[in-house]
Amino acid sequence: MLKTRLIPTLLFKDYSLVKSVKFADYRMVGNPIQSVRVYNARNVDELIFLDIAASDDGRDPLFTVIEEIANECFMPLTVGGGIRTIDHIRHTLQVGADKVAINTAALKNPLFISEASTKFGKQAIVVSIDVFQKSPGIYKVRTSDKTHTLSLELGNWLKQVEKLGAGEILLTSIDRDGTMTGYDIELIKLATQTVTIPMIASGGAGIPQHCIEAIKTGGAAAVAAASIFHFTQYTPYMIKKSMNEAGIPVRLLRT
Amino acid sequence: MIIVVDYGMSNLHSVAKALRAAEAHDVTVTSNAQRLKNASHIILPGQGAFPDGIKNLNRLGFIPILREEVLGKKKPFLGICLGMQLLASIGFENGKNRGLDFIAGESKQLPINPTEYKLPHIGWDDVVYKETCSLFASLPQDPDFYFLQSFFLAPEDTGDVVAWCDYGIKFPVAIHYENIVAVLFHPEKSQRFGITLLRNFLHLKPEVC
Repeated sequence: MLKTRLIPTLLFKDYSLVKSVKFADYRMVGNPIQSVRVYNARNVDELIFLDIAASDDGRDPLFTVIEEIANECFMPLTVGGGIRTIDHIRHTLQVGADKVAINTAALKNPLFISEASTKFGKQAIVVSIDVFQKSPGIYKVRTSDKTHTLSLELGNWLKQVEKLGAGEILLTSIDRDGTMTGYDIELIKLATQTVTIPMIASGGAGIPQHCIEAIKTGGAAAVAAASIFHFTQYTPYMIKKSMNEAGIPVRLLRT
Repeated sequence: MIIVVDYGMSNLHSVAKALRAAEAHDVTVTSNAQRLKNASHIILPGQGAFPDGIKNLNRLGFIPILREEVLGKKKPFLGICLGMQLLASIGFENGKNRGLDFIAGESKQLPINPTEYKLPHIGWDDVVYKETCSLFASLPQDPDFYFLQSFFLAPEDTGDVVAWCDYGIKFPVAIHYENIVAVLFHPEKSQRFGITLLRNFLHLKPEVC
């Protein structure tokens, strides 16, 4: 039986591992290579590595860093941050990533999604969507390039992204990011009811129960989390054990 | 010398890295078919479509040398994912194409209901294997491996199948015939169990499971 995935996320800024709250107040939380080694030793299902400054800085992905990260990973690795061209994708996959996450580039040129999906296979293309709540039930998409405020309604963008050939969606609630108060279940439900491609929920996990809700109530195919691993005593194994007890099929390996 | 075949179809980096983690000391990635003559083990990885795979193998001159080294000299061979599917006599992805024909059978799409079971089959899924097969030595029952495929190799001689997965239907995911081993999942993306499987492959004594 296909397993539900728990995916730690690593945020990278200024050559350091960082964590944010609501996409602000970044603090350094350690060394990325060291963290990857620990996650690998803990047998996590997959890993997401996001270079969150790349788009703002308008620079290319840091391929040397990505290669170093990939060298420590013996599980699927998704890399995102500043990926804007087919060449960026090719290079990222060449240095060891299994999938790429594209965000700003897709918003600026939606056809980039179909180009990438055709060239590399849809299973290699994750579209990352950062969302804030405008009013109850109304969600808007934000670019990582903060100078652009889009008046893009989430539902329409989700449908477009699926149609263009994305393999998966990484959906992050900016409002819940780093708060550890739980995923935005209404948001996840809205998204999973709009499209059929796998949805990775992100933003808000603080206790195992939050992950369980995102999957059982929200319908997410996978949950991504960061703060829970940096700031609490919960290990991936402990969270998955709770998920298993709640009847969710997970890959459970004692470490 | 363990040769990983580079025919432009995969994440060779991950495969080479996983082999080294499995304590393989002499791993070479190459697109030069002649080098297979000095190989102790041959690995054919692969992600992508069957027609591109067979076309590239052909263009790079790998096919006659693979036939000689694998079928003739019976060198230990491991096919991964597309590398397994290409062993078939015929592949039905994006049209009908001849495969390597090292294992009589067809490479075809998983015949499952797409509204219930999405394709590609992506993610961790458990594998049931023949207890006697030493490819799976030291592994627990029903280990999870990472899958990323829509097509599978259906061998004519089901006696060669040593492991299955259930996704809509029960289908073969590993075969072992004399010196030829092939797996549909990605051991290089399957962490500890994947590395154990690779180590087992490198130490396999010629036998039929």
